[in-house]
Amino acid sequence: MTVVATTRRQAYPARPAARLPRLLAGLVGGRPAGLNQHESSFGPLPLPEAAWSGNEAAGRRAATRLIDVVERSGLTGRGGAGFPTGRKLRSVAAGPGPAVVVANGSEGEPASRKDRLLLSRTPHLVLDGISLAAFAIGATEAYLVVHDDDARLVAGLEAAVQAREVAGIDQVPIQVVGIEGRYVASEQTAIVQHLNGGPGLPTFAPPRTHERGVAGRPTAVNNVETLAHLAMIARYGHTWFREAGTPSAPGTTLVTVSGAIARPGVSEIELGAPIGEVLMQAGGPAERPQAVLVGGYFGTWLPAEEAWRVSMSHPGLRSVGGAMGAGILVVLPESSCGLAETARVVRYLADEGAGQCGPCIFGLPALADALADLAYHGGRGDAVDRIAGLIPLIEGRGACRHPDGATQLAASALAAFSHDARWHDVEGPCYGVRRAPLLPVPGDLESW
Amino acid sequence: MSERLRVNPIKCTAHGMCAELLPEFITLDPWGYPIVPGEPVPDDLIGLARKAAAACPTLALLVDKGRRR
Repeated sequence: MTVVATTRRQAYPARPAARLPRLLAGLVGGRPAGLNQHESSFGPLPLPEAAWSGNEAAGRRAATRLIDVVERSGLTGRGGAGFPTGRKLRSVAAGPGPAVVVANGSEGEPASRKDRLLLSRTPHLVLDGISLAAFAIGATEAYLVVHDDDARLVAGLEAAVQAREVAGIDQVPIQVVGIEGRYVASEQTAIVQHLNGGPGLPTFAPPRTHERGVAGRPTAVNNVETLAHLAMIARYGHTWFREAGTPSAPGTTLVTVSGAIARPGVSEIELGAPIGEVLMQAGGPAERPQAVLVGGYFGTWLPAEEAWRVSMSHPGLRSVGGAMGAGILVVLPESSCGLAETARVVRYLADEGAGQCGPCIFGLPALADALADLAYHGGRGDAVDRIAGLIPLIEGRGACRHPDGATQLAASALAAFSHDARWHDVEGPCYGVRRAPLLPVPGDLESW
Repeated sequence: MSERLRVNPIKCTAHGMCAELLPEFITLDPWGYPIVPGEPVPDDLIGLARKAAAACPTLALLVDKGRRR
């Protein structure tokens, strides 16, 4: 193995000068980047020499140094929660016994495409990140979890892992695992339970995953984009990482822009960029915008003029009561009805529940009913009060955050479309409800 | 040492025993599931709170001792 490792050592390409793109710099043409192309873009996997030396103490020191660099970079999780990655790795590394690393590529958000883009086009950057995280925490097992309904993606990833095995790149073999493509299966405790042979459903904490996860061992579950950033930080350092973004929200991030936008799709932005700038980068609104859904189906509606100035970062969005989520932006045009869109999405979330916790089993359908009444029937003057009364009965009362996401969306709809909501409640539905649905909901096509 | 109550929502199947035993602290939602305040259980109710936890048919009511969630 050592021989292979030495022969593979080669000069790194110069560190990228431009602030953008970083992760997406590896995208060439329309095809997935193979191992050779990946290494010519980014250089080989930057595992410290000590990792291969067999000297355990030196290996541990190098692992600690890697965690230090990640911590100094200020990298936070790109899956939605935004937890500091360095701190997570440190606490898992400190846990008892050999650890497990899990890359979460099971993008559950219907309006998100960024993880799929990374995995399908630049898989080796993610796999590098898995290998580095495994080294940092002393993991002996590594998993990459994706939805099993995308057979081509799974096959492509398995081929990429195999190419690395042949080249002797990874110390810990990476296993590609397919899980059910449902919304709650993407939640980290659900993934851990699935890897442990149980159903892919969320569990009640404690035990927490970083203490006792896969096979009862300390487990680091990281989003695949987070790991791709880690692969970049290990190459170019924390100072380079902080050259983009803001001091409190360093680096770049991937966003998925959809709805009434000229060029929908995934783009890479500097954290902290105003949402208006991000939308202009995507060609600008295709119609006069009414509001922007930020953060996905667990996210927040912001009136367009307010959203325009808000900075795309965890602190920026928290300051307006929102959340970054997985970097999703959906532009709602004036001609659409935000209440109807919300009602559809909350119905979808109600149907997608794991069916484990009472407040979610009964509360979400009740919330979806009340929202549908407001959006499509209205005219009785009581729907807004019903919705507002249900929210506190649901929020924070499930084992996972699924119900909270739905209430956050509903509450933000009542705030962002407050004028509309009063109109619907008293007079009846607006013309916007007749427009074709904007937010994608899996299963829509089947029901037509 | 303050004690807080917590519900394991996956285990809870809305027997409602807890609200029966500790109505001063636990109420039920419209579907029969307990609403447990996040603040520490008042000292004079701690004994009843422990009894309620022990009486839960699905052992879904937990007493957390002095630890923040």
